[in-house]
Amino acid sequence: MTTHAGETRSRIMQAGIHIALAAGAVFMLLPFWLMLRTSFTAPDQIFSGNVLTLTHFSLDNYARVFAEVPLLRYYLNGFVVVGTIFLGQVVICVPAAYALSRLRFAGRELGLWIVLAAMMVPYHATAIPIYVLLSQFGLINTHGALILPFIGSAFSVFLLRQFFLSIPQSVFESARLDGASPYRILIHIVFPMARPAIITFGILSFVSHWNDYFWPSFVLRNDFAATVPFGIVRFLDQELGADYGPQMAAATLTVLPLLIGFLIAQRQLIAGIAMSSGQVD
Amino acid sequence: MTVHPLATRIGAPTPVAVHNLAKSWPGAQRPVFSELDIDCPAGGITIIVGPSGCGKTTFLRCLCGLDVPTKGEIRFGDQDVTRIDAQHRGVAMVFQNYALYPTKTAFDNIAFPLRMARVGAAETADRVRAAAALTRIEGLLERLPSQLSGGQRQRVGIARAIVRGPSVLLMDEPLSNLDTKLRVEMRAELSALQRELGATTVYVTHDQTEALALADHLIVMRDGKIEQQGAPEEIFRHPADVFVADFLGSMNLLAVRREGEGMVLADGTRVSSLPGAPSSGSFQLGFRAEDAHIGGLAGDRATLPAMVRRSELMGSERLVHLHCGGVALRARLKQAVAPGEHIDLHVHASALHYFSDDGQRAGAVA
Repeated sequence: MTTHAGETRSRIMQAGIHIALAAGAVFMLLPFWLMLRTSFTAPDQIFSGNVLTLTHFSLDNYARVFAEVPLLRYYLNGFVVVGTIFLGQVVICVPAAYALSRLRFAGRELGLWIVLAAMMVPYHATAIPIYVLLSQFGLINTHGALILPFIGSAFSVFLLRQFFLSIPQSVFESARLDGASPYRILIHIVFPMARPAIITFGILSFVSHWNDYFWPSFVLRNDFAATVPFGIVRFLDQELGADYGPQMAAATLTVLPLLIGFLIAQRQLIAGIAMSSGQVD
Repeated sequence: MTVHPLATRIGAPTPVAVHNLAKSWPGAQRPVFSELDIDCPAGGITIIVGPSGCGKTTFLRCLCGLDVPTKGEIRFGDQDVTRIDAQHRGVAMVFQNYALYPTKTAFDNIAFPLRMARVGAAETADRVRAAAALTRIEGLLERLPSQLSGGQRQRVGIARAIVRGPSVLLMDEPLSNLDTKLRVEMRAELSALQRELGATTVYVTHDQTEALALADHLIVMRDGKIEQQGAPEEIFRHPADVFVADFLGSMNLLAVRREGEGMVLADGTRVSSLPGAPSSGSFQLGFRAEDAHIGGLAGDRATLPAMVRRSELMGSERLVHLHCGGVALRARLKQAVAPGEHIDLHVHASALHYFSDDGQRAGAVA
């Protein structure tokens, strides 16, 4: 009898937990659904009938967005900017992190403190000095203004440094005894081993720079170098006012690349964030 | 097993010598080691043994160039290599934790030193296969380190070290991460492999069995100093001091002092006679567990009254824990003894060791 009662109680517990989780899921997903629903509903039908169901399917909103907004250019700008930032970060941050974790030189401790300090400062705080520098170099309103400030990422250096510290020193020493110069150790040993960490910061870097609105709005004047969020917000302000259908279609198109990327590479993404070095010890 | 000519490109083996070598870390009170003078025989295995922290690993790191000594010189043959960087010193090292490159297959791990030396692809493949044949891992070359067992990983580590045919081969506790059975097997293989390659080998370990089994030249280190060096047999038979005696083969040690005509142990127990004992008023007596017997021992001998505390069956013999003269002793005996029993322990005169109070060897062994 007691076991039976215990079973019933645990079932009620389970049900309760699932209801709470489901409520949370609805709370998270509902705005997303409303965005999709609105984007696929003909503009004059948006506020008629049940707001939660998709009854009048239409692609008019998307047609209008593509017709009126140079969306392909925004996409292209976005990929160029995000891709270049990522490549630049790999080229700069991997060697920097390796040096800070595994080479002995004067000023290493100081270097590490500077990296940590730089991590604590939000980039909005240094926005104006950077703006001044960029304008000195005539880079305002160019792709360079979106790329250069983010190539040296303190966060990436720190993340990679911690990763390198988890690899036994003897692996690098072994490479040295095998006759590899520091440069070749970097190419042949460090880069291949750093892949999980590079994937991790690549994801974080891609998402944050793809979605960034603040910085483009700060250094761009028109949509010549505009990335997707900046371009679309401009478009919303100028052209559409309170036209929700095309607005939501544009918003959907903004998140689409991230969503597709996530669905394709779901497993690698999770493995990357969990960041196992696959090292042997 | 014949050596593939490509796997071993060793000409005449290089002797390795260090002179007055010292290493201290900046700000440290005591040097890691100092005044080291060592001659490693060309083509043989030199084993450095000692407890953790005695400086043996740092010494090895100085030999291969990963650390720079503070003072002294290191010579490989005629060449002074003290200031040559690890990258150019041409030594190979086997690491305790294998230090394999996790993203490379066993083949690429072994090939790495050759690729760094810009050896052609065809020759690289030949030499990797030859080294793999010597270490018996031919079937595992396509695997990643994570897909190999500990013993297999260390075989890859050894193959990577020998593939270039280095004239000097260094090993830093290469067998310590393996389980006991594998360690004994690998020890025998390593010894055979080294004989075949003929590379001058310097091998660091804290395992006295390994040290005695493998060494051509044995060096016992403590606290950054050499306690004794020489042939392993000689060191085992004539340990220079109580530390060496205890570290290699854990010798039983008893304090003895003279009283009138006779001699007594620390707790006042009288001992009849100690052949060859030094003439000083007090000294230490040492003997090994396997040299103790009960009954039926002819010739000059010492006799010690002891009480049995515990007996462990080890197979054909017993390890008996005894109490004698206020200290604990161990003896390996054939006979069964019961706890609490009082026995007379006999040790042949030739198996007795004497040390002065400060631990140095005293008196001669017959």
